[in-house]
Amino acid sequence: MAVPREQMTEPMAPQTATTGERIVEASELHTYYGDSHVLHGVNLTVQRGETVCLMGRNGMGKTTTLRSILGLTRPRSGTVRIMGQDMTRAETHAIIRQGIGYVPEGRGMFPNLSVRESLVMAARPGPDGRRDWDLDRVLSVFPRIAERINHMSANLSGGEQQMLAIGRALMTNPELLILDEATEGLAPLIRKEIWTVIRGIKETGIATLVVDKNVNVLIDLCDRSMIMVKGELVFDGPSESLRKQPELLQTHIGL
Amino acid sequence: MDLSLFLIQTMNGVQYGLLLFLIASGLTLIFGIMHIINLAHGSLYMVGAYLAFWISSYTGNLFLSILLGLPIAIVLGIVIERFLIQRLYDRDHLDQVLLTFGLILIFDAMQSIIWGNDVHGVPIPDALRGGIMLTENLAYPTYRLFVSGVCLAIAVGMFLLIQKTRLGMIVRGGASNREMVSALGINIRWVYTLVFAAGAGLTAFAGMIAAPISSVYPGMGNSILIICFVVVVIGGLGSIKGAFLGALMVGLVYTWGTVLVPQFAGAAVYALMAAVLLWKPRGLFA
Ligand SMILES: Nc1ncnc2c1ncn2[C@@H]1O[C@H](COP(=O)(O)OP(=O)(O)OP(=O)(O)O)[C@@H](O)[C@H]1O
Ligand SMILES: [Mg+2]
Repeated sequence: MAVPREQMTEPMAPQTATTGERIVEASELHTYYGDSHVLHGVNLTVQRGETVCLMGRNGMGKTTTLRSILGLTRPRSGTVRIMGQDMTRAETHAIIRQGIGYVPEGRGMFPNLSVRESLVMAARPGPDGRRDWDLDRVLSVFPRIAERINHMSANLSGGEQQMLAIGRALMTNPELLILDEATEGLAPLIRKEIWTVIRGIKETGIATLVVDKNVNVLIDLCDRSMIMVKGELVFDGPSESLRKQPELLQTHIGL
Repeated sequence: MDLSLFLIQTMNGVQYGLLLFLIASGLTLIFGIMHIINLAHGSLYMVGAYLAFWISSYTGNLFLSILLGLPIAIVLGIVIERFLIQRLYDRDHLDQVLLTFGLILIFDAMQSIIWGNDVHGVPIPDALRGGIMLTENLAYPTYRLFVSGVCLAIAVGMFLLIQKTRLGMIVRGGASNREMVSALGINIRWVYTLVFAAGAGLTAFAGMIAAPISSVYPGMGNSILIICFVVVVIGGLGSIKGAFLGALMVGLVYTWGTVLVPQFAGAAVYALMAAVLLWKPRGLFA
């Protein structure tokens, strides 16, 4: 992908942090589905406390990037470091246990578990032993699912399932929350509710990596934005600088 | 037919059904959670029975034999899962059937080499000999009541474990969305090993406590396997509740069949399965 060099490098400069402060540091990820080459050398980092987003049109490889980082889809080459440790070949549960809460595209429900069970089964102190999030706190953040506590996950509405998926990720007391299309297919009102919650989570200091299609909300919310086109990042820099370059959004996302 | 015969046969049927449940529950759990068809499940029943016979021939005490034999069976389950079954999770059912059928042959050969091909018996523990008077002139064997009680207690315990504990929630979650369990930081491979080992332990335990009633003989695992597949199919693949109901139905039909139509007792069980499947093609609870 032809990108002016400075766009790629210059905005990264302020983020020269030591590896220890990086929760995720993925370099040169190449991922395939069979013969089809989907990721072409993705470099992605998330630092402690940072809110970042990954944008891009349908099928560009955003979900594949997340799955490659989490070991759910194995990259053919490249490295994944989590909390400074090389976890390229580690199993998914070990990667997650470093302090990642994952809300997958499609919500990843357990249709045969109730709301309470879905939350309780995930409960775990954070990697540093923190127990900030428990059932009561999650239910207070999501009064809608508190009302449905004994319902089967399969019988919840799409918005409620999404809230359950976020609440369940919070039950693991993560350092980093990864959200893939958390507002997809939801009514505007529910969407707003979810964004409010995500803002609240950001304020507690948990780092977030958000994949979504609501570009304007993302630019407002996130410290840093990334744009992915055909398996490559074509922009990675402060959201502020992206706001000033609407032509980038125009070309790469089509707004 | 008088009332006492009816009562005794019904109690025998329930006892047999509860025993079948112990075996079938492992089979259905392993299928429902790991999607594995484990033909070698019956072999662990046989192993349990032979261990009970073998160890009690030294100790002279069935309970001590169970205490010593059960860990052996569970370790065997763990080894089979870790070294063999674990390679089959992403393969199709044909590969699973091939491997687990191979295991049956190995287990049968080992039984023949280690214990020979004679039929053996295991004495009923002294404390549980004799009968309990149900009415003034009707006695029922104490040991059979004991077996029913133990099986029922295990069934209740298993239900509570699966429905009420966090481990049970994880196991059920794993059955519906394996990837998401890993994505919550839970090692699903250990969960699978645990389920398989529990299934192996339950089956072997069933073989141990059944030994004083049914005797210990070559091929005993294979006949019980077929009956248990009938139970699992009637109940609905993967359903514990279904396995419980199916086991009781099969136990009663088989026991009553031997009384009423001795020549067709075996066939009655398949007739029951056919009838259930005509009514509910996927079994009672699937
Ligand atoms: N399991 C799979 N097998 C084969 N190809 C796949 C698979 N999953 C995704 N792909 C392909 O890989 C490419 C990237 O898909 P991916 O889901 O990562 O995109 P995305 O950016 O998340 O898209 P969306 O915005 O629609 O969620 C697409 O061309 C898609 O068709
Ligand atoms: Mg996607």
